[in-house]
Amino acid sequence: MSDDTMAEAAAEEYQAQTEHEGHDHPSERSYVVIAIVLALLTALEVATFYVEEQLGGLLVPSLMVMMVVKFFLVVAWFMHLRFDGRLFTRVFVSGLVLAVGVYAVALTTFRFW
Amino acid sequence: MSVSEQAAPVAATAGPGTHPDHVPHDATAPAHHTNTGLSNEKLGMWLFLGSECLLFGGLISAFLLYRTKDVEGMAGPAVADLYDIPFTSVSSFVLLMSSLTMVLALSAIQRADHRRARTWLLTTAMLGASFVAGQVYEFTAFVREGLGYTTNLQSSAFYTLTGFHGVHVTIGILMLVSLFVMSLRGRLGAEKAETVEIIGLYWHFVDIVWIIIFTLIYLVPA
Amino acid sequence: MALTEERPPLELTSGEEPERKPLGAFTRPSSNTGWRSWITTVDHKKIGILYGATAMVFFALGGLEALLIRAQLAQPDGQVLSPDVYNQMFTMHGTTMVFLVIMPMLAAFANYLIPLMIGARDVAYPRLNAFSYWVFLFGGLFLYSSFFLGGAPDNGWFNYAPNSGVAYSPGHGIDFWVLGLQITGIASLVGAVNLIVTCLNMRAPGMTLMRMPVFVWMALVAQFLLLFAIPVITVALFLLMFDRLYGANFFVVEAGADPLLWQHLFWIFGHPEVYILVLPAFGIISDVIPTFARKPLFGYPFMVFSGIAIGFMGWGVWAHHMFVSGLGPVSVAAFSLSTMFIAVPTGVKIFNWIGTLWKGKLQFTVAMLFAVGLVSQFTIGGLSGVMHSVAPHDTQQTDTYFIVAHFHYVLFGGSMFGIFAGIYYWWPKVFGRRLSESVGKVHFWAMFAGFNLTFAPMHIAGLQGQPRRTATYAEGMGWDLMNLLSTIGSFLIAASFLVWVYNVVRSRHNPPAGADPWDGRTLEWATSSPPPAHNFDVEPTVEHLDEWWHQKYEEDERGRPRRREHYHYLSEVDEVSLADGGRQPQVDAGSIHLPSPSYWPIIIAVGLPLISYGLLYTYWLCAIGGLLVVGGVVGLGLEPSVDPEAGHGDSHGDHHDDDPDTGDDTAAEAGAGGEDEDEAEAEFAGVGAAGEPGDAAGTGADATGASGKEGS
Repeated sequence: MSDDTMAEAAAEEYQAQTEHEGHDHPSERSYVVIAIVLALLTALEVATFYVEEQLGGLLVPSLMVMMVVKFFLVVAWFMHLRFDGRLFTRVFVSGLVLAVGVYAVALTTFRFW
Repeated sequence: MSVSEQAAPVAATAGPGTHPDHVPHDATAPAHHTNTGLSNEKLGMWLFLGSECLLFGGLISAFLLYRTKDVEGMAGPAVADLYDIPFTSVSSFVLLMSSLTMVLALSAIQRADHRRARTWLLTTAMLGASFVAGQVYEFTAFVREGLGYTTNLQSSAFYTLTGFHGVHVTIGILMLVSLFVMSLRGRLGAEKAETVEIIGLYWHFVDIVWIIIFTLIYLVPA
Repeated sequence: MALTEERPPLELTSGEEPERKPLGAFTRPSSNTGWRSWITTVDHKKIGILYGATAMVFFALGGLEALLIRAQLAQPDGQVLSPDVYNQMFTMHGTTMVFLVIMPMLAAFANYLIPLMIGARDVAYPRLNAFSYWVFLFGGLFLYSSFFLGGAPDNGWFNYAPNSGVAYSPGHGIDFWVLGLQITGIASLVGAVNLIVTCLNMRAPGMTLMRMPVFVWMALVAQFLLLFAIPVITVALFLLMFDRLYGANFFVVEAGADPLLWQHLFWIFGHPEVYILVLPAFGIISDVIPTFARKPLFGYPFMVFSGIAIGFMGWGVWAHHMFVSGLGPVSVAAFSLSTMFIAVPTGVKIFNWIGTLWKGKLQFTVAMLFAVGLVSQFTIGGLSGVMHSVAPHDTQQTDTYFIVAHFHYVLFGGSMFGIFAGIYYWWPKVFGRRLSESVGKVHFWAMFAGFNLTFAPMHIAGLQGQPRRTATYAEGMGWDLMNLLSTIGSFLIAASFLVWVYNVVRSRHNPPAGADPWDGRTLEWATSSPPPAHNFDVEPTVEHLDEWWHQKYEEDERGRPRRREHYHYLSEVDEVSLADGGRQPQVDAGSIHLPSPSYWPIIIAVGLPLISYGLLYTYWLCAIGGLLVVGGVVGLGLEPSVDPEAGHGDSHGDHHDDDPDTGDDTAAEAGAGGEDEDEAEAEFAGVGAAGEPGDAAGTGADATGASGKEGS
């Protein structure tokens, strides 16, 4: 087969699969929507910088929440983890949980908090 | 015994462990059979990214520990005093958008739309380069204001952490440019979409590390 | 339908054959013999042998360092070594034994055996596998070059701050330690990704995770530990490197730094590291003991789950190395508890090994002696370990010889004995001939006696207060006798090492051992000794744990094993193997395409020590090293894993995509794998049709298994 027909075949198969799966694979539109959400969250994060005093004790929790949401959006959708095999999720989450765990404990022994 | 004399093949001996628990609907199935149904290369990249969590976690922890250290008579300014939050926010926004362009590039190549793929790949690389340029500008500004690498505890930790991140971005840019060049030379067909996907995973990871750094290092007060 | 397809070369209108012009200035290596074949090999078996041989040389070097230490300590106020040299000796002894002996030895076993045990033809990334070995070798050589370049590192294998900084260690010794370990760390990390993907993705049809040999399981857990632990020490090493080379302040107390940061980072790595050192050895004896007890392993699921549990729990105990560092009572209590708990899964294993031995028809071959040796000696070490977990006790024991006794019992009596068990067990598989059993018994008993004579007295000396890492001790402390005994014991160990070397040399003339000299249970015994390059003529189909055992044995009316009349090997074997029911494989192997040799791995690997020397001496070396690394990575990426020029009469068969996974990949040939589907089907299709008794459970391969699961 020539390159072109191969590419066509590839494109066809991709269309067939996305149609078949429907929502399983995000469309380009959903990616843009997610990007807009990410941008908005970033704007909100930056806004906290200007209203630090008003937020008081809520500052750090709200920043952490926004950070986690952004993290999750990129990992789950842009990195496609939501739609891929569970093994990838397990492997990545293991590293993540382990990192947060051991370093949090280490910082605790420094009476960091 | 030749192939033609063989009896009917034995029914699939798929024990409980060989059946992948979630058959992925990737546009590209793994190039060859694997027990999990997931490609070797992609699994390898996810494993690597899992380990990178430990790497950046360590660097972030070192910074967090030293950022809050009460050092009397510390030489030089505190790093938090020098932040230019608006500038860094724009940088962060740029990097975030580069993740969008990355998935658009992947989407394009999966559809064998090579022109679009090249456009988005190049855009991603350029957004990344803008980010790095922003970092360089920020660093030189800090140095001018008296915060060198060896000035104090916080500065070493800050530059090391952000420097490591910047190096990771740079390596990503090199990979993206290589993909762009390969595509120009007609060597990045749709069957290579998984390569783009895997490099994309690396790129997004570098982005999420920045999401964490931006919040913990820049926005959360010491 | 797969997206990858066989693409025949473009047809020229003239009808001529198109000329293949491979990219690159050099032709692809293709030799299978001679020293060049070793330099460019990507065969996991050759790489395993390279790891093992290199590790043995380092074992001798580390042993020499130990002998010098013991000579110095034989008597009070020893004059054999100056304190400065003494410090270098114990630092290099520890660093060598941990990073350059036990880790690569276990890597040797993992590399050689995992593909064979899971029924695969190679690992997931053969060229990266080769790269890992060369990086390890050069890292070790780089570290040892310190002896000739101003002195070896001298701050202990754990290299605490702030003594590790330039203020207190102005020479280059520590730099060699830091950079050397960074280099070997790369080898371990890349190897971990490789082996994890191999275990998860490349098992033969029917080989579920719970049918894998325990060695594979333990090696897999160890690889996950490496995957997550190496980055932590990488951080520590980078921070120290930046302090020393560029004046950073991470461990500079005057700038406000906290030396405990180093200790935390090091031990967060360091504790999982000790499980990395021991779990695969546990795995080795979990396969050796059943063979020589003529019984299946007692409690296979418990062995697997306890290994996984140790892997998890090992992350929660690291600060027991820091009990007296000023952590405070809450942290100390927490880590004391967690350390006590981790003894439980290890205890489970001990009981399972005993349960395997219980009422078995025991054959005390040398391998079995070392295996039982591990069970007993590791238990002793484990008991002293539990004593350390009681923090008030540890306050007395820490930094004394009591600790030295503990970790030598678990690492020498544990890991090394397990390694020797594995060496004696798998030697005939790797080299085709058994090691001499009689000489081996002398080796074992001399080593066992020497080991105990060396380290048992250290318990006493330690409790009597002898501190670690001191070049001399004064007369009248009451430690003289214990030290003298230890020194005598260490020379007995050295003598046993010579016996071992003698065994290796003289066993070259032993008769061929055959494919299955020990009547083993696992798949590596189903192929010839040594295995062919492609491991198996026919890919096995697995229906049981200990599948090979079930091929050879069935159960009689009373449930006792009875040897089948015949069974089929999975590759062509020699005459010796055909006794007692063994038969040649039923299928013609046809042509099997393996990943081609490559010189890129060693080229990239050479760049790393060059960069390291460059950081210490001149940036020109960095530039050259950097070029080699970058250029080599590009070369590796552009090179197809299977040389299209390779071999005549080889059709594209089973092979493995080989893309570097580290993210440095620039032009991975991801698409080359499609051709193998058709060939794989052909390979399997001819197997297992003959209706001979004993074949029902045997080599009937699943023709749909290989290609049926592709997205279609």
